[in-house]
Amino acid sequence: MGASQTRSEHKYQDLADKTGFSLEQITNLHKRFQQLSGNEDTLSRQNLDNIPALANNPIRNQIIEAFFDKRNQHQDEVGSFNEIGFEQFLMVMSHFRPPTLKTTEEEKEALRKEKLRFLFNMHDTDNDGTITLVEYRKVVEELLSKSGAIEQETAKAIADAAMLEVASTNVPDMAPDDFYEGITFEHFEQILKGLEMESRMHIRFLDVDTTTMRCGKSTS
Amino acid sequence: MASRTGTHSPAGICKSLPERGLLLLMVLVFLEGSVLPLGAASSPDVTHQANSDNHIVKEAGHNFTKKPFPVLSLDYHHIQAPFEISLWVLLASLMKLGFHLIPRLSGIVPESCLLIVVGLLVGGLIKLAGEQVPPVLDSRLFFLCLLPPIILDAGYFLPIRPFMENLGTILMFAVVGTLWNAFFVGGLLYAVCQIQPGNPSILHQLELLPCLLFGSIISAVDPVAVLAVFEEIHINELLHILVFGESLLNDAVTVVLYHLFEEYAGVGSVTVMDVFLGIISFLVVAVGGVLVGAIYGILAAFTSRFTSHTRVIEPLFVFVYSYMAYLSAEMFHLSGIMSLIACGAVMRPYVEANISHKSHTTIKYFLKMWSSVSETLIFIFLGVATVEGPHNWNWTFVTVTVILCLVARVIGVVGLTYVINKFRIVKLTTKDQFIVAYGGLRGAIAFSLGFLLNKDHFPLRDMFLTAIITVIFFTVFVQGMTIKPLVELLAVKKKQEAKRSINEEIHTQFLDHLLTGIEDICGHYGHHHWKDKLNRFNKKYVKKCLIAGERSKEPQLIAFYHKMEMKQAIELVESGGGVKLPSAMPSAVSMQNIQPKKLPPAKPAERALSNLPKGREEEIRKILRSNLQRTRQRLRSYNRHTLLADPYEDGLGDLLIKKQKMIELERKIKDMNNYLTVPAAPPDSPTMCRARLASGKDTDFKPAQQQKGNTICPDPQAYSMKPEPDSVPTIQVDLASPQSPDSVNLMDEFRRAEQQHEEDQGLMMKPPSGESGPKKPGEEDGSREHKLMRCLSDPGPSADEDEDEPFLP
Repeated sequence: MGASQTRSEHKYQDLADKTGFSLEQITNLHKRFQQLSGNEDTLSRQNLDNIPALANNPIRNQIIEAFFDKRNQHQDEVGSFNEIGFEQFLMVMSHFRPPTLKTTEEEKEALRKEKLRFLFNMHDTDNDGTITLVEYRKVVEELLSKSGAIEQETAKAIADAAMLEVASTNVPDMAPDDFYEGITFEHFEQILKGLEMESRMHIRFLDVDTTTMRCGKSTS
Repeated sequence: MASRTGTHSPAGICKSLPERGLLLLMVLVFLEGSVLPLGAASSPDVTHQANSDNHIVKEAGHNFTKKPFPVLSLDYHHIQAPFEISLWVLLASLMKLGFHLIPRLSGIVPESCLLIVVGLLVGGLIKLAGEQVPPVLDSRLFFLCLLPPIILDAGYFLPIRPFMENLGTILMFAVVGTLWNAFFVGGLLYAVCQIQPGNPSILHQLELLPCLLFGSIISAVDPVAVLAVFEEIHINELLHILVFGESLLNDAVTVVLYHLFEEYAGVGSVTVMDVFLGIISFLVVAVGGVLVGAIYGILAAFTSRFTSHTRVIEPLFVFVYSYMAYLSAEMFHLSGIMSLIACGAVMRPYVEANISHKSHTTIKYFLKMWSSVSETLIFIFLGVATVEGPHNWNWTFVTVTVILCLVARVIGVVGLTYVINKFRIVKLTTKDQFIVAYGGLRGAIAFSLGFLLNKDHFPLRDMFLTAIITVIFFTVFVQGMTIKPLVELLAVKKKQEAKRSINEEIHTQFLDHLLTGIEDICGHYGHHHWKDKLNRFNKKYVKKCLIAGERSKEPQLIAFYHKMEMKQAIELVESGGGVKLPSAMPSAVSMQNIQPKKLPPAKPAERALSNLPKGREEEIRKILRSNLQRTRQRLRSYNRHTLLADPYEDGLGDLLIKKQKMIELERKIKDMNNYLTVPAAPPDSPTMCRARLASGKDTDFKPAQQQKGNTICPDPQAYSMKPEPDSVPTIQVDLASPQSPDSVNLMDEFRRAEQQHEEDQGLMMKPPSGESGPKKPGEEDGSREHKLMRCLSDPGPSADEDEDEPFLP
């Protein structure tokens, strides 16, 4: 930690401007980052994989993958990192910031788009701008993967029904020969309109230092 | 027997004096000891009363004479109580009906206001008629009969998710807010009463404790009033749950404050010890209420595990257990409302997994019916009670009360929000605060509590009641009527009306897991983490104990999917057998549209789904099913104790997906072979043609069909025609005329199906056969394995359809 702390103040201010976190939050997250990475400067998939609390999460792989996805870094890059630094880590985390009382309507709209984009990217694994049926099925399968013996058919049927719903809500009159390529971002926005992502997709980032918890000492 | 007839006839004559008739009836019963059982059987109430009033009977015993047998006699007293109750309920229902017949009226004025007005009118009429206005809003009646249905309805259908997410805020408003209101109103009222200038008035007699008691009665937001108003303004979920949740949870505070102050109002002084005991008592009342409710809820869930053979009484368990929970809580002066809420909320997920769909519908309808009748009655009674009540109008007291109530509410909400917003992630805006403050309506609970006050301890009870009624009227009329325009004026976010879609469900779950995961990565245990833990615990242990069969292992998403499928099916059947498709699946977009067009060689199975548009398939299947039900209903004689056993009732979803896969598989393979040898569907049946065309229209096998020109009706329109109603009813008509009522045995018919196939024209109309008939030749070049693969991988809808087919005449 010593190395990072020397340049910390200045650097943190930078990050705070970029991500919107407060300095305390950044300090906390940095501690966690160090803990996860075993005091390295970068974090690998293996590090995240080893978090014990994550073991039961059915979408663990997607979550981890999201951290290494370049699309979530607010730069127009695609592909994925092998290892991420603290800044990238923070960038991903910044998608989960809650809106404040001062956010205007436009900002809220932007926030919503950004959050939805994050979700969309999680589903759209091949980055072709659409969530295809195959990709969607994968999502549903993963979602059900931890709940015991689920037949593949059921997962498939659910994904199919969901896809059909998207298709029919967004393109109500399709000729029989038309083909619905997959869910575009606009359609994605449309179907999740009711969920109010801007006020739901967030977690509480702690301001005070309580991160000395039992949770995952990751390095083995 | 002769003497018996004799006594009866005076009863018939004395219509204007039913009492006397009753008396004579008693005589009869007394003298005719031998026919007593008979008399008891015909009029149990009378016999009962007769036994209690023997001496009167003796006096009246002389004047019975022999008269002809009364052909018609009148005995109003005999039925008075239930008759009047029914009259009230009828009045309430008719009023409710009436308001909705006048659309403009219900748009402006909330129903609750109108009902109060009706109550006022009825009360006035009774008074004009010179009768004694009945004490309709009796506290016992209110708390034991009228209130529970409303609260159970609210608790059973409580949106748990938003409720739990905002529990902190709700509790803050309910507990701290109500306390603040009670003390602020009570204290200041006392002060105002004391500073009355010069002229001595009754207000000077008012002690501090009665004032505080009054404050605690008047400060609680009323769930009935809130529900009545908020359901009409369709406000967003957050605000709705905030105000409504507060109105439910403040019950514990009100109960404790009420009993505390009532207890000490006689004594006149409260020590620190009493305050301390009060706080303890509050905890006991609240936690105890919830515990009692939860225990009964778990019991109900556990009971419902075993009801699969006696479906008829399933709904009853829900009602009775909840009512028991309420009564048990009331018995110990715990919070009955909280107990009911807890009971409903705890039992619901498990009960719903256990009971049949029909029972679920029954529960829903009964709860809605009871609660809406109760609500209507409460408001009407409020009006009647206003006319009836002994009033003591005191300008100062009433105005000060109304003003203080408003001020206290505003200050309380603003102050509390300031604190709460420090902890909330989604902050409450000024608009939200305004609505929460403005939505604090008072209602009949306050009135009933005031009614309960003992006149000896509270000489000013009448004044209290008048003030309470005024506050109720003010909030219900002024606030209730203006809140709707204000909500529109402020552009407060409204509730989305759209029903929950499967995509939303998927993403809600996805989001839950995502947030839990992110929290875990962040390394602190927040809200999501604990929720996840609880969910897992629930899944692992609780569900196993309380839910029967394999549904206990069913994940939420699949349960939701099944439910949705079920709902669509039912909608279809109810809409008259496919007049319109369910809105979620417009006919034009079909499964085929979303399937990958270019079949990857690894997945030949995918193609199978595109045979029929999915909505279409479903539709036909449902028609078949509804016909099936009709046939069976004719076969079974009516039985009071069992509903018609309906194989699809419970396991519709299962049937669609899981069950009988093996049978279908076998059958399908056989079928396929069969079709290859059987000539195509008879071309001369016009119904057949249309059915086939309509259903075949959306497939991508069109070319194949065209090749096989002779089977296709030469109607060019048929191709461009959408699968619209006209084709469907045609099928239905044919199928609905059952000629083989013996076709109940599913398995038997299954096997016979193939033979019937060639004999029976009607059978040929089953869409898949119609479809595969013409299709086959076109696909001849395609490999047979391909087809078999298809059957293997798609045991879904189309296979299920085959199953229904044998039942058809």
